[in-house]
Amino acid sequence: MTDHTVKAYDTELEGLGQKIAEMGGIAEKMLSDAMDALSDFDIKLAQSTINSDPRLDFLQREIEEQAILTIARRQPLAVDLREIIATIRISNDLERVGDLAKNIAKRAIRVAADVRIPRAIVGLKSMHDLAAILLKDVLDAYSQRDAERAREVWVYDADLDSLEDSVFRDLLTFMMEDPRNISFCAHLLFCSKNIERIGDHATNIAETVVYLVSGETMPTDRPKGRGLLSESPPVTG
Amino acid sequence: MTAIDTNLPQKVSVRGLNFFYGEVQALKNVSLPLFAKRVTSFIGPSGCGKSTLLRVLNRMYDLYPNQRAEGEVMLDGENILRPGQDLNLLRARVGMVFQRPTPFPMSIYDNIAFGVRLYERIGKSELDDRVEAALESAALWPEVKDNLKASGLSLSGGQQQRLCIARTVAIQPEIILLDEPCSALDPISTAKIEELIDELKENYTIAIVTHNMQQAARVSDYTAFMYIGELVEFGVTAQMFTSPTNKQTQNYITGRFG
Repeated sequence: MTDHTVKAYDTELEGLGQKIAEMGGIAEKMLSDAMDALSDFDIKLAQSTINSDPRLDFLQREIEEQAILTIARRQPLAVDLREIIATIRISNDLERVGDLAKNIAKRAIRVAADVRIPRAIVGLKSMHDLAAILLKDVLDAYSQRDAERAREVWVYDADLDSLEDSVFRDLLTFMMEDPRNISFCAHLLFCSKNIERIGDHATNIAETVVYLVSGETMPTDRPKGRGLLSESPPVTG
Repeated sequence: MTAIDTNLPQKVSVRGLNFFYGEVQALKNVSLPLFAKRVTSFIGPSGCGKSTLLRVLNRMYDLYPNQRAEGEVMLDGENILRPGQDLNLLRARVGMVFQRPTPFPMSIYDNIAFGVRLYERIGKSELDDRVEAALESAALWPEVKDNLKASGLSLSGGQQQRLCIARTVAIQPEIILLDEPCSALDPISTAKIEELIDELKENYTIAIVTHNMQQAARVSDYTAFMYIGELVEFGVTAQMFTSPTNKQTQNYITGRFG
């Protein structure tokens, strides 16, 4: 895209893009650190993950303020308008991703205090790996303005939902086997929900990228796995 | 929201219009509709032909030698470019307001009555009513009703412009052409004119030339982007200003031109 006649306008838009990139980096690291802390029972790593969340919140506020100022100053139109709306939306999603990763880290500390069945975490690890790929892909799609790549993320989120289903079944089995597993598994259950939500935020960002690039809004009903937790709760016993 | 409603009646349809200032071609094969009772804005950099196009719509160019138009401009199905066209009648049907307010050096009342008397022979009380109605529809009546004998030149710029709009409306035209009507006005007067455009489109077909992108985005239903005498893109305003299909349009409205 050629430059604006007013150079300061370009500088403002670039500044917003850089802050999104920084937020994306932090959110990705928080997610993988939180997962490592959970699977390695690493309380120190969990704590440092929690500590990086304020920076994400701070950046989100900065982006919001800067975006509002740019709207007031430049009355952006067409691709510029979509650009600014996209930074506001994506920064919100990334801030939420950070919150969810922070929550996993907090639970990692609780889980480490009373380790019951480490193999129960394996399923979560696969969920995490997929969520991390979705997040990375969608952030790349944003930085490269690649609507096709964003659309793929939108579709693959369904896989994350089905993974969540199987994790849910496993954890349920462990809890039924021995009631002393319940607290441990309940924390993991929340962690899996958190990862699934991170996938949802990745698809939100994917929708935003498609809008940013093409000006088209994605259909409201996106592909859904048969999520047990998102649909009706399973009847057991 | 974003597709052009092809069922809308076209008040004017411009077809294959070429325009020449002597040897210089200012419009190149321009075709577009003006939908009835809708606002169409014309945007584009200086010299792109948008004012020229407006001047063709009421054959203003006939006042100057060496200017000629080719093609068709159909108004209610009749080509207004045809040689036999009655220009006075045409200009009564297609009113125009210019960039700078152009009140006549006479009273507010006469500024409006003058045009009416040119086209019609009506009694004093009916004329009074017409003047009042015109000033009402131009949202100027409350400000001038006790002062109709004051000179039109004594009004503020924004009031003068609304007086000019009232003068245009008083003739009861079918189309109103606005050539950068707010470029000499402060933001409050601009807002009043824009409010007025919203009201006027209930009864009139409106074409507006403006350099203010936000104004085009605010007041118009359809937008035409022109560049060096050619129509580059014509579309629904909401779509033109959020996701234009043409690269040149995008560059222009986002301030990336040149």
